[in-house]
Amino acid sequence: METVNIEVNGRSYSNEVEPRLLLVHYLRDTLGLTGTHVGCDTSSCGACTVLLDGISVKSCTVFAAQAGGHAVTTIEGIGNSGALHPMQEAFWAKHGLQCGFCTPGMIVSCIDLLRRNPDPSDAEIRAGIEGNLCRCTGYENIVRAVRAAAAAMKADEPRRSVAELLPVGAS
Amino acid sequence: MSTIPSMIGSPIRRREDPRLITGRATYVDDVKMVGTVYAAFVRSPYGHAKVRSVDVSAAKERPGVVAAYAAADLIAAGLNVSIPVAADLPGLKKPAHPPLAIDEVRFVGEPVAVVVANTPYAARDAVEAVAVEYDQLEAAIDLEKAAAGPPYVHEDLGTNVAFVMPVKTGDPEAAFAEADVVVKERIVNQRLIPCPMEPRSMLAHWDTGAAHLTLWTSTQIPHLLRTNLALLLGLGEIKVRVIAPEVGGGFGAKLNLYGEEIVVSWLSTQLGRPVKYIETRSENFAAMTHGRDQIQYIEVGAKKDGTITGLRMKIFANLGAYHQLLTPGIPTFTPLMSPGCYKLTGFDCEVTGVFTNTMATDAYRGAGRPEATFMIERAIDLVALELGLDPVDVRRKNFIGSGEFPFTTITGLTYDSGNYAASLDKALELVDYKGLRAKQEELRKQGRYLGIGFSTYVEVCGMGPSAAMPAPGWDSAQVRVEPTGSVTVMTGISPHGQGEETTFAQIVSAELGVPIDSVSVIHGDTDKVQYGVGTFGSRGTAVGGAALKLAIDSIQAKAVKIAAHQWEANPDDVEYKDGKITVKGDPSKSMTTAEVGFTAFRGVGLPPGLEPGLDATRRFEPPNFVYPFGAHVCVVEVDADTGEAKIVRYIAVDDCGRVINPLIVDGQIHGGLAQGIAQALYEEAVYDENGQLVSGTFMDYAMPRAHQLLAFETDRTTTPSPVNPLGVKGVGEAGTIGSTPAVVNAVMDALAPFGVKNIDMPLRPEKLWKAMHANSNGKVNE
Ligand code: FES
Ligand code: FES
Repeated sequence: METVNIEVNGRSYSNEVEPRLLLVHYLRDTLGLTGTHVGCDTSSCGACTVLLDGISVKSCTVFAAQAGGHAVTTIEGIGNSGALHPMQEAFWAKHGLQCGFCTPGMIVSCIDLLRRNPDPSDAEIRAGIEGNLCRCTGYENIVRAVRAAAAAMKADEPRRSVAELLPVGAS
Repeated sequence: MSTIPSMIGSPIRRREDPRLITGRATYVDDVKMVGTVYAAFVRSPYGHAKVRSVDVSAAKERPGVVAAYAAADLIAAGLNVSIPVAADLPGLKKPAHPPLAIDEVRFVGEPVAVVVANTPYAARDAVEAVAVEYDQLEAAIDLEKAAAGPPYVHEDLGTNVAFVMPVKTGDPEAAFAEADVVVKERIVNQRLIPCPMEPRSMLAHWDTGAAHLTLWTSTQIPHLLRTNLALLLGLGEIKVRVIAPEVGGGFGAKLNLYGEEIVVSWLSTQLGRPVKYIETRSENFAAMTHGRDQIQYIEVGAKKDGTITGLRMKIFANLGAYHQLLTPGIPTFTPLMSPGCYKLTGFDCEVTGVFTNTMATDAYRGAGRPEATFMIERAIDLVALELGLDPVDVRRKNFIGSGEFPFTTITGLTYDSGNYAASLDKALELVDYKGLRAKQEELRKQGRYLGIGFSTYVEVCGMGPSAAMPAPGWDSAQVRVEPTGSVTVMTGISPHGQGEETTFAQIVSAELGVPIDSVSVIHGDTDKVQYGVGTFGSRGTAVGGAALKLAIDSIQAKAVKIAAHQWEANPDDVEYKDGKITVKGDPSKSMTTAEVGFTAFRGVGLPPGLEPGLDATRRFEPPNFVYPFGAHVCVVEVDADTGEAKIVRYIAVDDCGRVINPLIVDGQIHGGLAQGIAQALYEEAVYDENGQLVSGTFMDYAMPRAHQLLAFETDRTTTPSPVNPLGVKGVGEAGTIGSTPAVVNAVMDALAPFGVKNIDMPLRPEKLWKAMHANSNGKVNE
């Protein structure tokens, strides 16, 4: 066991962990942040993507202990029902998700994509999310969501709440 | 019956999304219970082997291990069961399928033992400590060889043939006698792996105090699973609750009852603790049902003018080593749908179901129908090529006409409604067919190979009339108007991404005039929801939604009676109009559903003899299947230097009847297209000759990534179905069924200058490059 001191979604934690404990399991099982998912065992799917010091990583490829001294942002820290991140809102508006299992990792990856390239072309979006698998959407609405989020972020639109966007009419 | 028009047909944002986009949804692995222990399975590394011994004693000594069992331990403790198969056929061979292999393993990944530990890590470590001695046997892997003779997957059967199903209708002899040409081909529909992003996940909790089992499991069929599980475990059905919480995709592979679900449930009853099992992706590849895997020998008879006269087929269907729930039933859909959109006069087919030392095949998005559509849509192109006709003209020539519905096909299905020419016309216009052919000519001169491929498909879904199904085909809905006017819907279907929490709320809002955010749609819990059959076969809205409409009708009829009594009016003069109850011709008299609902709840002011309360439970028994259809056009360019086929445009004009939510319908089409295109170009499950699954990870199995797909162009025609009161058809599988042949036809069209007629899927660059260069006649610069 070793001690890990880590900041997750702006809060500091200190835990005793097995050296081999993966960051994704630490987040899910130790901290109960179950928004980050596990979709594979070969670091291929991106369902586990989180931000580590603001940069996207697959949390199944990082030991919890390695993340010590760093700041992690999970989907729960990206935004919540009171204040959605523009990327979350865009996924919702553009129907960028169906079963939702890939979605947290996908949203985090897309946020990182816009950090690197605030105004990507469709081809750049598709290349930028190639580390994230989605079986449901065929990706097209995800591409549209990223485009919409890029525009919203450029315009610096304020974050909106789920309640503001519900009840919903025709969009 | 009047509705609020704006609700139906509106692209309303999904109401399930806020929890999903914020990471607050609850999938099985997110359910945490105090005292949970974790199961891990020991699985066969061999495709076929005798199991000489299984020793779990060392595993039990490992730190954190709670228990470990081999098959013999399960049987000794009273769990001696076979995983059920619901589909049946005359003479079907049904070998025993124990949840843990007893003395022989028959596919890589078959469970042999199970260990339970305090943490998932400890459980996986302990798997390594289970000692299994195997004597490897020769494996039956090649489908046609397995059909022909030994080695046998089940030695005692003395054959690998599980069933032979002949389907002969019309007059095939006469049909072929009048044919000017007979086109023959061997068509391979390769094995695919469904890959829902959430692997199989389950948590069983045996409440020792109440003697009651709760199983959270990632399933499409909670009620059917509960019934079967109760029977297998010898528990009363009321002692079992199955919950499908958030489910991360299914695609047919979660339309099943897995041995792991039986074992994990049983373990909880034995240990008196919650037992969780989340499979790894590698296990998912090896041991969750696969799809497709057919070889078809076809002969198509045609007249010079392109009229198709007859079809002969010999189909070999790879079942895998054992039956899962619907394994033998899936390929029986293939002959039924083989005539496609076309009229034939003779049909002669034989389906042979074959065991091999591979994972069982079962439903996978389309389930038996993509195999039919791929075959017939390729056949049409082969006939066109043979006769030097335009594949568009051959399609038109043979279409069932829009005035001929309902149309009974040569295989005995009655297509409900359709207008095949209309969707084709629209697709041709969208793609500018004439211009495209001209461009193709021009590019060919420059040594660039553009191809245009069509698929005009029809598919059967909205599963289905009970008499035609291996399980009940109806579904159910309960609608309750609560005292405050909120409306609760309990639906028997079990959505897992299809969005019925939204579409069903739209229907309720439109019909009962309540705000959409006052409607709650509940599903996937056998202790909450009346019996329902589940979500598969594109039946959610076509059957479950139809049941909802019936329940709404009952509520409206009762509400009208109550309102009429209040107004001292004749009930015949009272109606629902724009979501309100009014007296015909007197707009001053108006009540809302909420107002009537409260009266019904309060129990005062009701007509004599009418029960209080405003709710209804109804079931919809479909009188027929529904038959969505469409026309897809794929434009590809094949790079002569690399052999890579790049899709330039993909146009899908689909007709799924009336559309409740176009955003969701388009999303279903998109996802379907991705899976169908992926079969054409990328995906293939491969076993080597010993039965090792070579394509067992996302690195080896080419499930497409975003950059491998393109922006789809979708459009629709709308031909309502007469089969259900909503006029809807299913849309979950249509995109997959329609798209695969369009892509392959396009690539073959691109390669036509090289004399290439047929290449087996997936159309990987090396295959195309070889075909182009083998037949190049100097056309391609080496
Ligand atoms: S779970 Fe991390 S990449 Fe798949
Ligand atoms: S939404 Fe289901 S995997 Fe992406």
